[in-house]
Amino acid sequence: MLLREVQKILDAEVLVGAEKLDMEVHTAFGADLMSDVLAFADSGCLLLTGLTNPQVIRTADVLDIAAIILVRGKKPPPETLRAAADKNIPVLSTKYILFESAGRLYEKGIVGSAQKVDGPRVRL
Amino acid sequence: MKRGLSAPLRKWMAHVSVCEKCSYENSFPIDGGNYDNAGQVSGKIKTILKDMGIGNNVVRMVAVITYESEINIVSYARQGMIRLHVLPEHIEIEAVDEGPGISDIHLAMQQGWSTATDKIREMGFGAGMGLNNIRNFSDIFHISSDVGSGTRLKMIIHIQQEQNC
Repeated sequence: MLLREVQKILDAEVLVGAEKLDMEVHTAFGADLMSDVLAFADSGCLLLTGLTNPQVIRTADVLDIAAIILVRGKKPPPETLRAAADKNIPVLSTKYILFESAGRLYEKGIVGSAQKVDGPRVRL
Repeated sequence: MKRGLSAPLRKWMAHVSVCEKCSYENSFPIDGGNYDNAGQVSGKIKTILKDMGIGNNVVRMVAVITYESEINIVSYARQGMIRLHVLPEHIEIEAVDEGPGISDIHLAMQQGWSTATDKIREMGFGAGMGLNNIRNFSDIFHISSDVGSGTRLKMIIHIQQEQNC
């Protein structure tokens, strides 16, 4: 699925990366705890989160995450947007809650970056 | 390559010259309390490893380890550093800090145990996962600490042969 379709499904506002909406995405991970994102998210996935500080961008950069979807209508501070533009990571904001966002994307074919946790970290 | 060298010697010399490109050593200082910069050192290390042609899986392991280490130093220590030593067959990482130290390492290694402040939790950390993540992404992990002096982590990550050179 294209990021453009993700944006439509979630009725999301593009805050950073309008030029990258034709990127292909297939998987997603959702959490507010960045240590869990580091342990279990996969490169190339969407990150659904309610956290808005610059560490979200740095965490996404560490894992080569494709794009960040801020849920629950969260709007990040300017330093987060600057970090995202710097790292060339698209940031979208949706008013849907995390559960609803995940359900809507799953229904259209986006799957979890992992189905179940199999051990203390993602299997490489 | 000079003429007159035997085939095995030429092969060995070619191997040595390639593997010199696979070696790297550097130390990166980190300021305690400087949340604005948290993640910069691990970002630099990730770029260095990618530029060296290290495989994605190993880069990810090192990136997670150095990022969590950096967050720990920024969050708890006065200052510290991460030392990176890339060798042809493995990567050594040391994270050393000057800070309060950890009085009960066994307790600190338990998932969910944390002394994090609200500031750290606001960043999405401080849930007692960091040291666990560092251990779980390392092939070899060692931690030592002196209360009132600081904490030292040493991690080794093996580089699979096909990803090497």
